Amino acid sequence: MAEETMQEGGVRKKFMYVNRKAPYGTIYALESLEVVLIGAAFEQDVSLAFLDDGVYELTMGQNTKGVEMKNFSPTYRALEDYDVSKLYVEKESLAVRGLAEADLMVPVQVVDAAEMARLMAEQDVVMSF
Amino acid sequence: MKFSILVNEGPYTHQAADTAYQFTRAALEKGHEIFRVFFYHDGVHNGTRLTVPPQDERNIVKRWSELAEKYALDMVVCIAAAQRRGVMDANEAKRHGLGADNIAPGFRISGLGQLIEAGVQADRLVTFGD
Repeated sequence: MAEETMQEGGVRKKFMYVNRKAPYGTIYALESLEVVLIGAAFEQDVSLAFLDDGVYELTMGQNTKGVEMKNFSPTYRALEDYDVSKLYVEKESLAVRGLAEADLMVPVQVVDAAEMARLMAEQDVVMSF
Repeated sequence: MKFSILVNEGPYTHQAADTAYQFTRAALEKGHEIFRVFFYHDGVHNGTRLTVPPQDERNIVKRWSELAEKYALDMVVCIAAAQRRGVMDANEAKRHGLGADNIAPGFRISGLGQLIEAGVQADRLVTFGD
């Protein structure tokens, strides 16, 4: 577990939210994003990881009209306003889906699986959705 | 050790709800502390008292309630996820002009901040989900 540092009387921990599901087949992606937004108020050291079908959450040009669901993808662009700027996308997950960094709507760091594992290992709290 | 538990799946559909319960119970029996159990996504359905499973099956909701009573567990159902899915306490039902509430004994409804706090306060947060 990474070292905890005290800040303004509270504990500051490394939180990673792991997104593994496509944005609209299930509710996980949407409700995961709600946790991230609420969590931003707690001034923790936050990062997001996108792997497996979770990489589709960040793809440009999402159109949900046909499935009659709310297109919540613009929220990812707003994450920066919440001081959430560490977005890691797994290289292998992009590759097997025929996607490239240029298909994503926000700036991310593309990392390979080994680097992703290293990032996860240094977290205090990993929430997987 | 001090644990927090995150339950992301509903009862009976997914074993995650059973495993979360079994882990929580085992940890308590071993003398560990459970800071909080937080129910999210379909996990909120673990907290409705209006379930009547067949008599020869485990009663998942009742099992949580009994564990909470025995160990004074803090079991929190996410308010946003609960409102989407129809899990209400008396206050929430009244606030939304609904005729009934259904939260089970030992559960309380609160916000996602309680999940973040659970992560901050515990030594380990353990997620049970799909």
